[in-house]
Amino acid sequence: MPPSLLIEQLLNGLQFGLMLFLLAAGLTLVFGIMDMINLAHGSLYMIGAYLTATFVGLLGNFWLAVLLAVLGTALVGMLLELSVLRQLYRRDHLSQVLATFALILIINEVVRIIWGSQPLLLSAPEGLSGPVELLPGLSYSAYRLTIIGVGLLVAALLFWLVNRTRVGMWLRAGASNREMAQAMGVPIRPLFTLLFGVGAGLCAVAGAFLGPILAVQIGMGEGILILAFVVIVIGGIGSIKGALVGALLVGTVDTAGRAFLPLLLSQVASPEVAANLGPALASILIYLLMAAVLFFRPQGLFPART
Amino acid sequence: MRWPLLLLVLFLLAFPPIASATGLEFYQGLLTKIMILALAASSLNLILGYGGMVSFGHAAYFGLGAYAVAILMREGISSGWVIWGVAVGLSALLALLIGAICLRTRGVYFIMITLAFAQMIYYLVVSFKQYGGEDGLRARRPEFGLFELTDTALYYLSLAVLAGALYLLHRLVHSRFGRVLQAIRENESRALALGYPVFHFQLVAFVLSGALAGLAGALMAHYTQYASPNLLAWQQSGHLMMMVILGGVGQFWGGVLGAATLSIVEEVLQDLTIHWQLGVGLILLFIVLFAPKGLAGLLRRRP
Repeated sequence: MPPSLLIEQLLNGLQFGLMLFLLAAGLTLVFGIMDMINLAHGSLYMIGAYLTATFVGLLGNFWLAVLLAVLGTALVGMLLELSVLRQLYRRDHLSQVLATFALILIINEVVRIIWGSQPLLLSAPEGLSGPVELLPGLSYSAYRLTIIGVGLLVAALLFWLVNRTRVGMWLRAGASNREMAQAMGVPIRPLFTLLFGVGAGLCAVAGAFLGPILAVQIGMGEGILILAFVVIVIGGIGSIKGALVGALLVGTVDTAGRAFLPLLLSQVASPEVAANLGPALASILIYLLMAAVLFFRPQGLFPART
Repeated sequence: MRWPLLLLVLFLLAFPPIASATGLEFYQGLLTKIMILALAASSLNLILGYGGMVSFGHAAYFGLGAYAVAILMREGISSGWVIWGVAVGLSALLALLIGAICLRTRGVYFIMITLAFAQMIYYLVVSFKQYGGEDGLRARRPEFGLFELTDTALYYLSLAVLAGALYLLHRLVHSRFGRVLQAIRENESRALALGYPVFHFQLVAFVLSGALAGLAGALMAHYTQYASPNLLAWQQSGHLMMMVILGGVGQFWGGVLGAATLSIVEEVLQDLTIHWQLGVGLILLFIVLFAPKGLAGLLRRRP
């Protein structure tokens, strides 16, 4: 196996992992602080991608479109929190699952009514469509490299926000003990609304940048939502650090598994079996990872609550 | 509850001849589907409602039951009884394996790990190209020896199985076993302190629930004559969970009520508009916000 292939797949894993992190970060904070299962998180990712595609069509500028889509999705997220989700904080997990599942159905249909059933076309910005040469003999997609850069930047911003600001301190306090934080005067209600806005904005970033690679279509949020849940369960619910580690683990394992497992299997089994079983095993790999992590550390790798 | 139940059973028994006389065969099919889904939802209600185990992977057993029918028929085994035995046995075995691992975790982690196992089964089954892969597999109806499995026979068969299963579940949740199961749901530490083997009680309920879901899956394969990967997908688990929550978690008739209501609402809205999912979503949302105990909770007289 040539080393350039290995590096390319590792970069792909890093790129996917960082985007997963953007999704998982909002999810894990909502989950950890509000103790709320929000299945509709993936719908915000979809809205972000749709808004980006629409604004690109209107304005012709990818970066401006992303900015507007992030703001728009954050607004949608905050409106959702104020109208529906706020009613659910004191309810049990089951009610939250049912209500947010209902939201998925509603948002999917509203998107279908506005944009139609056909997938939207969203292409990478012009200047970034080609490959760049990283090392002699190793070239890599400029667009994916940009995603890695943006992902790292947003992750750094988020860490600064959570670890170095007063709002972040409130968030961490809320994640480790909500009642105590409230008793100490943390303004929980506006904080929750703000948090939803931030989480929705992060979803929109992921949706905007993954849109050109995956597809902008109805239901795009659901598959990736499950992955984001796997990430936060591996990382430990409520922990940003855990979300990052979990996302990178899942991103790398998933990408590498898809690339290399069929190859490895073909060494030991017949080509037919390898072609059949390889992709299946690769899809299973992250769930195996999660089951293994939960088996040995039932609270995830970095539990936020003690 | 006695009289309404008796009337319902009489109505269901008398429906097929009435339907064929009045040209309403379509509704006989719908009722068959509802009864099968009611069985699956009731099996989930046993662990979710009475056991407090929120399994987000029930589609694994449901789908496995369906695939057992399709694969065995394809391999030339055509005895319905054998096929049912395999479907139920395999589902029970799978539930035993998954339950033994998952029941070590609690709360949200339990939800996620059951989901993870169901996803593994999904991808595993989809990878077998010789059994249809992502296209699913045709499932011819097997032979039951005593009768031919026509649409009407399947209707009565589903009714009989559902009635039998509900009787069993009713006896079970009101037995000592059922009481202990509910005690564990209410306060696990106390049940443990009283000396009950909590893990074993939960595991037995989990396996029983999986087995019943497998049987429902087999019936579903008879109904659609097709084993679809969708039956194994996480949306199916979500759908079953919706039915239980909609009907009433831990209410005995919750699964049946939820399955019937959701299926009928979907059917009606599908006729009205292509955007029927919007309607389903709004109704579900309304019920969560304004009827927290589900439909069975609304019907039940306040004490």
